Amino acid sequence: METVVFTLNRESKSVTTDPGRTLLEVLREDLDSTGAKYGCGEGSCRSCVVLMDGRPVTTCQTPIAKANGKEIITIEGIAEGEKLHPVQEAFIAEGAMQCGYCVPGMVLTAVALLQANPKPTAAQINEFMNGNICRCCNYPNIVRAIERAAGQGAAK
Amino acid sequence: MKYEYQDVEPERYEFTEPPRYRFSLSRRAFVQSVGAGILITGFVDLSAFGQQRGDDDNGARAIGGRFHIDKNGRVTAFTGKVEVGQGSRTQLTQAAAEELNVPVSQIDLVMADTSLVPNDGGTYGSQTTPRTVPLMRQAAAAARELLIELACSGWNAPVDGASMTDGTITHSTGKKITLAELASSGDAVTKAFREGSTEGAELSVPADWTVLGKTAAPVNGRNVVTGAHQYTSDIKRPGMLYGKVLRAPAYNAELVDVDSNAAEAIEGVVVVRDGSFVACAAPTSAQAHKGITALASSAKWTTKPHPSSDELHDYLKQNVREGTGRQRSREQVSGDVDAALAASKNVVRAEYRIPYIQHAPMEPRAAVAEFEGDSLTVWTGTQRPFDVRGEVAEALGIPESKVRLIVPDTGGGFGGKHSGDAAVEGARIAQSAKRPVAVHWTREEEFTWAYFRPAGVVEIEAALDDAGKVVAWDFTNYNSGGSGIDCPYAFTNVRTRFRNCDSPLRQGSYRALASTFNNFAREAFIDQLAAKAGADPVAFRLQYLEEPRLKAVLEAAAQKFEFAAKRSAPAANTGYGIACGTEKGSFVATAAEVAIDPAEKSYTITRVCVAFECGAIHNPQNLQAQVEGGVVMGLGAVLHEEMKFKDGKILNPRFKDYEVPRFVDVPPIETVVVNRPDLPSVGAGETPIIGIAPAVANALAQATGKSLVELPARLPVIR
Repeated sequence: METVVFTLNRESKSVTTDPGRTLLEVLREDLDSTGAKYGCGEGSCRSCVVLMDGRPVTTCQTPIAKANGKEIITIEGIAEGEKLHPVQEAFIAEGAMQCGYCVPGMVLTAVALLQANPKPTAAQINEFMNGNICRCCNYPNIVRAIERAAGQGAAK
Repeated sequence: MKYEYQDVEPERYEFTEPPRYRFSLSRRAFVQSVGAGILITGFVDLSAFGQQRGDDDNGARAIGGRFHIDKNGRVTAFTGKVEVGQGSRTQLTQAAAEELNVPVSQIDLVMADTSLVPNDGGTYGSQTTPRTVPLMRQAAAAARELLIELACSGWNAPVDGASMTDGTITHSTGKKITLAELASSGDAVTKAFREGSTEGAELSVPADWTVLGKTAAPVNGRNVVTGAHQYTSDIKRPGMLYGKVLRAPAYNAELVDVDSNAAEAIEGVVVVRDGSFVACAAPTSAQAHKGITALASSAKWTTKPHPSSDELHDYLKQNVREGTGRQRSREQVSGDVDAALAASKNVVRAEYRIPYIQHAPMEPRAAVAEFEGDSLTVWTGTQRPFDVRGEVAEALGIPESKVRLIVPDTGGGFGGKHSGDAAVEGARIAQSAKRPVAVHWTREEEFTWAYFRPAGVVEIEAALDDAGKVVAWDFTNYNSGGSGIDCPYAFTNVRTRFRNCDSPLRQGSYRALASTFNNFAREAFIDQLAAKAGADPVAFRLQYLEEPRLKAVLEAAAQKFEFAAKRSAPAANTGYGIACGTEKGSFVATAAEVAIDPAEKSYTITRVCVAFECGAIHNPQNLQAQVEGGVVMGLGAVLHEEMKFKDGKILNPRFKDYEVPRFVDVPPIETVVVNRPDLPSVGAGETPIIGIAPAVANALAQATGKSLVELPARLPVIR
């Protein structure tokens, strides 16, 4: 057993657990934070993405020990109170969701993209987002949503 | 009268594989669950509504089976349909809002909770739009009329001169009352809804629509983007364990022996064994994983030979069976096909092949099962809530009336979630573990133990006369199915055959079913015939098509794409293809441009135009998303998707090895949706997928000079 301390959506958390467990399992099973989804267990679909110190990471590939001392933001923590993040607003406005299961990972990856590149071209969006799978294949609307968010200055 | 969809062609939509589990537990020794003290609330408190609903006939025929209005004026609507990403939640809410004349935001839609909703049939076959939306509208219109009558009788005023707008009833005399006020004044509304028939009220016409026909944002959108929406796999119940099922190392393998001591020695792990069903459960999924690993390491299996994907298509053709019922081998003939083929000097033949592919929904199968006494609640993602409730009851040997099945909005289906595997597994483990149990399939389990879109072979033979006119059409489909097998072209001497085969893999429904293959083969072959006749692909099709709506989308796609100009003067190493098709009453045509590398080893799809028509449009933004999503999903089958298997094992059960479409695969797509407010609305979730594969095949044929007969489409073309 090992004790890991980190912040989750700006709240301090301390977890004592088997260090072999993944961050995804601990978030979902121990901390009731189910926004990050299991999709593949091999880092191929990015349904499980959270922001760790601002960077998108696949939590299904992250041993819990690696979260020690980190600042973690999940999809539940990206809005400011009732006010949605512009990327979230844009996903609703463009209908960039069908079943919605990939959306938390998509939104967080897009947030990271716009932080790094506030005005991405369509090709840059495709390249940055290419690790995220939407099996409903709603990619055109997701690209439109990211472009809309960029147009509204989503990067802060 | 039982509330069923007798007239939907069931062979296409049902999952016909036998149940996976036949538990041997004593039916008498049914557990008295220790969970008896746990309050099951589900997502909706049953007692909140004026009457018990469920799937009794009256539940669907009375307004109260569809609607409830609480004292705050909030409207709750009920449907047995599920939301798996096709947009039914928003669409059905729009339908209710349109006829009730209340805002979309004032309506909550309860979907697929078998204790609350009428049985609207499974969610498949593009039936929500043509069947369930009208039922919802009918009930809403009847509710509106009834509410107006109630208000007027309270005022002693005639119904003439009264109307309802934005949830408020007003009268020309100046009186007005809100739904909240009406529902708060005694139980008149509940009583009237319980007795009032859903039939007979006048429906709005599309020209007057203010909610339907307009883009509506997804009603659950905020919950989706904030992570608040709970999919089945997100549900956690008090005291819940995580269950894992011991899987066979190969298809056809049978369990000989397993030693559970090592697994049971792991802290927190309980082992459940019932015949060949072996599972374990533990307080964390990591512990359950350790338990199942220990069980697997001690398990001994017998194996049997199993055909490999390399020999699949020969195997199918060599293993034709009579089949039974809806899956039987059959044929339809008009004219004398053999004589016409024998008499022609211009006979064209081709054999097409497709592999098994996986639906691969982003949310793998999942279920949570919880007993309270002898009553069982199961949350699971399935497209057939009432049937899966029956499946669970039968597997466990308990009455259906003791099972409540709830389908939270689910992470994808595509025809792949007709079965109740995880629900049955979770329920069986919970029964022995005496705790609530969640079963979450891994991606590898989903790729291996779910079912597949059927593989198949299509043989086509056709004859042209000396003038280039088609005088014989002979079409045989092996294994993949009969959907879309009928030829929309008015040829003479036509034979279509479906051959049921022994399928090496468990197979079932898929988005647009076998028409993904039948339309691919037919439309690729039509281009071969057009070439033989020396005709332009669009003109050749139009010469034989009779359905004006199909002709219209073909012409719309050709025009948008500038097909005639492009096709007749192709850029270097570039091809232009077009294809059309119809399924489930809707019509699609798709044009594609492909660029090949000069060595003919690879290609890129550089542009797609799609035209689609499904009658009167309900939600333009969602329709466009369904059309484009269908095109891109269809691209997956063109570019990559193929199950590989050998010795009874799936060789590529993960996204690293089974590629699905990603952002960079998506070409620019220009979408034309044809609105026909004069025609009834039909579904749009399936048909748009059927045009892209043949369009790409036909473009590749122009670019390479060789006909493409296999999916996925790989260069160089070798067959």
